Amino acid sequence: MATRLDRTDVVVVGLGGAGGVAVEPLAAAGLDVVGLEAGTRLGPRDFAPDELRNNFRGWPQAAQKCNREVPVHRPNASAPDNPRAPLHVMMNGVGGTTLHYWAQSWRLSPWDFRVVSETKRRYGAARVPPGSTVEDWPFGLDELEPYYDKVEHAVGVSGQAGNIKGVIDPRGNIFEGPRERAYPMPALRGTEFTDLMGATAQRLGWHPFPGPAAVNSEVYDGRSACLYHGFCNRGGCHVSAKNSTAVSTIPRAERTGHLDVVTEAHVTRIDVDGDGRAAGVQYVKGGETYIQPAAVVLLAGYTYENARLLLLSTSAKYPRGLANNHGQVGRHYFTHNQAGAVLALFPRKLNRWYGLPAQGVAVDDFADDNFDHAGLDFIGGGNLWVYSDQRPIAAASMPTFGRAPRWGSQWKSFVMENADRWVNSYLQKTTLPYEDNYLDLHPTVKDPQGDPVIRITADYKDNEKRIAAYIQDKMEQWFVAAGAVATVRQPFGTMGMSTHAYGGTRMGDNPETNVVDRWGFCHEVPNLGVLGASVMGTSGARNPTLTAQALAWRTAEHLAADWRSIAA
Amino acid sequence: MLRRSAALGAVAAVPANVLAQAERAAPYANLTAAEAATLEALVARLIPSDANGPGALEAGAARYIDGALGNALAAQRPVYAAGLAALDAFVRSRGGASFAALPPERQDELIADLEQNRAQGFTPSSSAFFELVLGHTLEGTFGDPHYGGNQDFIGWDLIGYPGLRLAVTADQQRMDAKLEPLRSSAYDHAQFDEHTTAGERDGD
Repeated sequence: MATRLDRTDVVVVGLGGAGGVAVEPLAAAGLDVVGLEAGTRLGPRDFAPDELRNNFRGWPQAAQKCNREVPVHRPNASAPDNPRAPLHVMMNGVGGTTLHYWAQSWRLSPWDFRVVSETKRRYGAARVPPGSTVEDWPFGLDELEPYYDKVEHAVGVSGQAGNIKGVIDPRGNIFEGPRERAYPMPALRGTEFTDLMGATAQRLGWHPFPGPAAVNSEVYDGRSACLYHGFCNRGGCHVSAKNSTAVSTIPRAERTGHLDVVTEAHVTRIDVDGDGRAAGVQYVKGGETYIQPAAVVLLAGYTYENARLLLLSTSAKYPRGLANNHGQVGRHYFTHNQAGAVLALFPRKLNRWYGLPAQGVAVDDFADDNFDHAGLDFIGGGNLWVYSDQRPIAAASMPTFGRAPRWGSQWKSFVMENADRWVNSYLQKTTLPYEDNYLDLHPTVKDPQGDPVIRITADYKDNEKRIAAYIQDKMEQWFVAAGAVATVRQPFGTMGMSTHAYGGTRMGDNPETNVVDRWGFCHEVPNLGVLGASVMGTSGARNPTLTAQALAWRTAEHLAADWRSIAA
Repeated sequence: MLRRSAALGAVAAVPANVLAQAERAAPYANLTAAEAATLEALVARLIPSDANGPGALEAGAARYIDGALGNALAAQRPVYAAGLAALDAFVRSRGGASFAALPPERQDELIADLEQNRAQGFTPSSSAFFELVLGHTLEGTFGDPHYGGNQDFIGWDLIGYPGLRLAVTADQQRMDAKLEPLRSSAYDHAQFDEHTTAGERDGD
């Protein structure tokens, strides 16, 4: 027998990067918000510098609902399923994956909002890859800029601006779109090695710059500056210098008295009323089922769970899943083309034992449409990123560059000399949505509650593979120019489960091809909003979190401003 | 702030080979004596003790795997049982008594057979078992000593990892920085909770 709770103004499903940001403007506007989070609260005592636990065992201290509903991937509709991953790539917890993410906090570039029209204008309509369902966003960077700005200041982002109101500053990214003002904090410091890489890029005629990060480069909002201890990668911060929503927007929302956080709440369905409007959600906590009625529902799980909850929430009005009468839930799905790194071996120690993945140097000269594609066979590009981040197990697991076996005395001798002489790179590349890449419910694989998990049917296409090869060439050139004596290219892989998963509830003006409208509310269910990268229709060549957060803030502000019409 | 600084000093003072002998005397918690003997012989060849110093056996990698098979790696317990048995069966099919009883050169040849997927009798494959054991051997040699491996910081010394520093200066990130090796487990620092290491993978 389910327990029916008191009705609230807004229920937010998931208090991670997106939902955790949205609660601040909602609570500040005086709306009563219930935040349902599948995980627990974690704090500095949980964030030990322990590579084995953090990087190899998937955070056993968290209540990992997501590990019971790991999606299953197949590359295409006629291929068999790949083996199911043992662990989910994301985590549950108040703050979600922002507790342990790399915290790279990029704005998308102007091109990312207008891929179709800009490609047609510059190169002709034939250059939009065949089979792609990419659309222009319903607005441009200028519309999102004020929300990027709000989130950069509310969460706390370090960085070097490259374009303030059209004035270019070569210390920053000269290719970025105009911003109203500088970052609230200066960029994180570089290391001698990342500075060497930056100087090398300049010598090549490129435009290197420090990347933006939701990590404090100085004391911010009463929290410590980063201490560069080296366990930031899949580790929480022991001094709260990483600006997860758990230490920034969520506590501020709670202090208003208008946010009630419920942890270990596993949402199973979104309910609708007789008119087809969202009525609230059902969740399970401690084995009991609760019904939380709400005037407005904001769905803020990760991309896979957003699509899954909609598809599971069937009713007479929505027989194929909530907000899915146009068959668009799960469509336009893609993951970031982020594999295929280039690794390099140097003839000297680099001292990468400390730092963090957000402490590094970027090159954007080959990203987006920052270079002429007239003679190329792809659109889009990639961001090159070299950073200071290495821990002992990963160091000992280094590639041997064809110079040693993988075990035994020869290996031991090799790794003694070279464990601190190699370096990775992170190459994020444009990915487009395609007609035959999508999410649906798996026909047989279920979670312990009997609900199907998500099935991912997706693979990279020619455009993504060509970008990857082109960007690997550039990265190899950069490493060799800096003195590398050997390089290795990692495989591109396939489009399985990813920390950068987009689409499934895409945003757009056309309800025939998009689930949510330009404000993030479902075309079919106007009091149901969706937050997260699942609403994004393009990836850009950079981490999605800040964009998902800016969109979430914008949806929340719009809801508060238009409360009477949306909640009515 | 170090929780067990006195004990640490004592540990650091005992030579690694003495510790390893003492370890070998104690029974394994999860593996049978026969399984433990095979696993010890295996890790001792993956990262051998040689002119460059002690290896995975001395670091306690087999002990680490044994302990983990009782909690975080419990799901792998049957895989180890089957894989170690298959390895000894493969040795017997070639006329040997057991993997552990073979001379090191012969053991190395057999490990290469595993790696190259030339050994029969493994499910799904000998290379899968090789990758599993190699990965766990690296964890047990280079991971935090809290889990029973990396004894006497053998692994961290081997690759020159200068140890946990909870705050790192710009100078300490210079390429030629001379950093004194600091020898502590994360959980020697009282500010971190040890209980977070105990759970099964999927928590609640």
